[in-house]
Amino acid sequence: MFTPVRRKDEFKMADFLLEIGLEEVPARMIAGAEAELKRRVLALLEREHLAQSDVSSKSFSTPRRLAVLISGVADQQEDIREELTGPSVKVAYKDGAPTPAAMAFAKKAGVAVDELKTVTTPKGEYLVASVLKQGRRTSEVLAEELPKEIASIYWAKNMYWRLGKPERFVRPVRWLLALLDDQIVPFEFGGKTAGKLTYGHRILFGEEALAVKSPKDYEAALLDAKVIADVETRRQKIRKALDHVTRTIAGARWREDHALIDTLTHLTEWASDRAVVLGNFESEYLSLPEEVLVTVMRDHQKYLALEDESGKLMPHFLAVLNTEAADAGLAVIRHGNERVLRARFNDARFFWEFDQRVPLKERVKQLEDVTFQKELGSYAAKTGRVRELALGLAELSVSRGSQVDAVALDEAALLAKTDLTTELVKEFTELQGIVGGLYARAQGTSATAADAMYDQYLPASMEDSVPRTVEGSLLAIADRADTIAGMFGLGMEPTGSKDPFALRRAANGIVKILAESPTSVPLTLSEIAGRATANEAVESRVRAFLVERLEFYLREVRGEAYDVVAAVLAAGNDDVRDAIARAQAVSAVRASADFAAVSAAFKRMKNILGQAKEKGYADLASHEAEVENMHPTQADLKQAAHALQHKVEQLREDHQYVPALEAVATLRPQVDAFFDQVMVMDPDEKVRRSRLALLTSILKSFSGIADFSEIVTAG
Amino acid sequence: MTAIREKKKALTFQELLFRLQRFWADQGCVLQQPYDVEVGAGTMSPDTFLRVLGPKPVRIAYAQPSRRPADGRYGENPNRLFRHTQLQVILKPPPERIQELYLESLEAIGIDLREHDIKFEEDNWEWPVGGAWGVGWQVMLDGLEITQFTYFQQCGGMDLDPICGEITYGLERIAGFLQDVDSIYDIVWAVEPDTGRKVTYGEMRLAEEEQFSAYSFDYAEVPKLWEHLKLYEAECLDLLDKSKKMSEMDPLALKRFPVLGAYELALKCSHVFNLLDARGAISVTERVGVMARIRSLVVGVAKAYAAQGELRSKEAASGIAG
Repeated sequence: MFTPVRRKDEFKMADFLLEIGLEEVPARMIAGAEAELKRRVLALLEREHLAQSDVSSKSFSTPRRLAVLISGVADQQEDIREELTGPSVKVAYKDGAPTPAAMAFAKKAGVAVDELKTVTTPKGEYLVASVLKQGRRTSEVLAEELPKEIASIYWAKNMYWRLGKPERFVRPVRWLLALLDDQIVPFEFGGKTAGKLTYGHRILFGEEALAVKSPKDYEAALLDAKVIADVETRRQKIRKALDHVTRTIAGARWREDHALIDTLTHLTEWASDRAVVLGNFESEYLSLPEEVLVTVMRDHQKYLALEDESGKLMPHFLAVLNTEAADAGLAVIRHGNERVLRARFNDARFFWEFDQRVPLKERVKQLEDVTFQKELGSYAAKTGRVRELALGLAELSVSRGSQVDAVALDEAALLAKTDLTTELVKEFTELQGIVGGLYARAQGTSATAADAMYDQYLPASMEDSVPRTVEGSLLAIADRADTIAGMFGLGMEPTGSKDPFALRRAANGIVKILAESPTSVPLTLSEIAGRATANEAVESRVRAFLVERLEFYLREVRGEAYDVVAAVLAAGNDDVRDAIARAQAVSAVRASADFAAVSAAFKRMKNILGQAKEKGYADLASHEAEVENMHPTQADLKQAAHALQHKVEQLREDHQYVPALEAVATLRPQVDAFFDQVMVMDPDEKVRRSRLALLTSILKSFSGIADFSEIVTAG
Repeated sequence: MTAIREKKKALTFQELLFRLQRFWADQGCVLQQPYDVEVGAGTMSPDTFLRVLGPKPVRIAYAQPSRRPADGRYGENPNRLFRHTQLQVILKPPPERIQELYLESLEAIGIDLREHDIKFEEDNWEWPVGGAWGVGWQVMLDGLEITQFTYFQQCGGMDLDPICGEITYGLERIAGFLQDVDSIYDIVWAVEPDTGRKVTYGEMRLAEEEQFSAYSFDYAEVPKLWEHLKLYEAECLDLLDKSKKMSEMDPLALKRFPVLGAYELALKCSHVFNLLDARGAISVTERVGVMARIRSLVVGVAKAYAAQGELRSKEAASGIAG
């Protein structure tokens, strides 16, 4: 326990600025590191009682720096009076005189023995010493703690650079700037000593150092040195510049791409209308598939594409520069970028034409030479398995009223992997599937089959869309289920953070397709697992894995609460769409008081039945024993439950889950009365059995939508 | 294309090389000649792969023709080559201003950075067969990757200490950029001073591209290549086996023990593997296995090289002490 001696308002409040100067940090890591640095510095200040958690703060980053500015930092820690607890009075004094134990404690606390006081605790009387702990200067605390905080920043990939490898960091540290108002906070990290110097844009400002007078001047000082330190400002300036340049082409707009803009923002220190060039390419390249053109521009060149009002690609591109130039310079830069893009497009066109010389149908045999996985054989073997699986799942779907073009599905499954042998996919691996679909279409394969091939790797992530057609969905499910079952069969299941074959993503994909496919795919998880393998042990593990991914989907994608998901899946976890509907219904009613009360009661019932089972009162559900003089609340509950049972069952069968749950909640008065007035575990065996049987029957009748006992209720 | 600037006298291919070599020589680099065994990249030359090992500082630069049989296009593709030329600069330990020095080298070849867009974009380098990797950037100049810039972290599976900065210039790309030509074969290699006649890259190298593409893709005899691989591998393994006795060797035998010879044999294996690969003779299943075999040679050599260096320096120290 401690109490401040001097009040905070006696201290001067200062601004603190920390900047870590680095060689170019990978764009993908900057945002995370910027946020982490700010979080760490704030936590440090709070921990050391130098700032409140709500202190005003701002962070900055460019490829060459991470920085954080905090306003309202105390320049010194408060002096604190701390009470130290020592030995018990019994031990500390003998015959009224202090023992060595008391003297040792006084010495440790730095006070005279006669200054020791006693305190009464539940354990007895103890000695206490009141100690004044001198607050340290902020600069001193920061100098000691900052190196540790900086060293702890997480990097997806880091390096060492100094002799003896004293530290790892994302890239070599080039400078450190640390100011508390106008005073340097003296510390070292990565072989650099903190000072008040920073550096501007490499090209636009040059190599000369720049002194920052005080933390508040930081942003403006950098602006003069051609660095926009604030990420959001830079992003908006880039977007504005893109708009500005695009206006020179009538009817054009640039194609929105948040991820690319994000990358470009983290690749630049400066942005202005003179920092974007609009380049052109020969319109003959527009005969190449748009997917190929966009991939080359976006993934390989980091260019934004331009489209007309109808969304059609135009023969222009936008390059975002980490510099700005006068017209002559911009013309040179544009020319260079155009030259590179032309070469890239030429390559792509060469591959596109070259690949067409051998149609996909003739490539099926080549798949024998492409290994899918050592023990699972070639892609030809996989193709065989996926065809059979896809057709089997199609048959099931058709038997439930789905319309499936089985001929097209079979053709799609046969050709699905052939694009792995094409030069275009070897060059642009991210286009696998898409390239197959494009070639299939160009080679006269049915549109249904071509689309299914095109969509087979969808969804690539939880944010991605699912295949457009039922054939595409079945192919995508069969492909993934085959991979999962094959790997599980080899014992290569994901463990912890290790999932080298991305099996979780594959299973997430299956769940997402079942959940979101525009054309319903009426398959259960058991059916998919069962068809994917003949081995029963593997089947049950695959099924459990799919259920786990369904759980993940409900929580992470649908945002359902943990307990709702547990309740719903306990009542059935095979039909994905049904589980979603039930979860939504439970979430909709869970806030009502009656529902919460009934949930709590169900939990109680389950506990009681569990205890009964432990005590060996088995055979509960067999029949309800006849008892005379049944307690009126038991009779009421029995009657109410009986009356409700049929109604709830009917609603459940009609998938009217919300009304069904509302109906269950109407049991509350009878349930409450029963538990208020009756002891289930009655000493009389007959009575007890009849009560246990009633609870068993209620749980059984009303747990078809969700196991309410899983719902967490307040109190 | 419209003329967009008053064309400065663009550097010829050889002038480009001269200027870069001059620049790095002025920075204290020893200019080495290209290594005379086939390599797939400048990194594989012993001047990089072996010299980065151990504590001894190194500053060296050399142009290295690099063969990648599968990249051959019979001379028909204007951007791809069976054999291209890298300028490799090795700086161990890397100087503080290594990036700035690099940018100065661009100025030295006539690139006015204020008129261009330059970005250092993350690109980490890895040569699994050599147990070697590093982190770094691809340097983009107006959207063109002109240089791979790497801080070597490991080589032969061993941590480097000190680490090494490696700058690899793609000379054909840079020359094509400077001269603003769309085909590598149109690059002016040299200008005859008397007549002003231009000697092109095509004139110097097209026949090689045509014939080596044909050799790699159509003629190379697969059974013989496998045989070569086996022989080179066996001899390399034999040397590596003998290298285990280095600690028992007398100083003369130790310094003469041909670890460098073993490395050449390992490089030969790597090149034969690349040929087999271009020939389509290695199935994906086999691939992993053969690569593992070559990896054990290359990594084995690196370890032997490091051990030899350590033994020799120990010996030198004891010599001084004695």
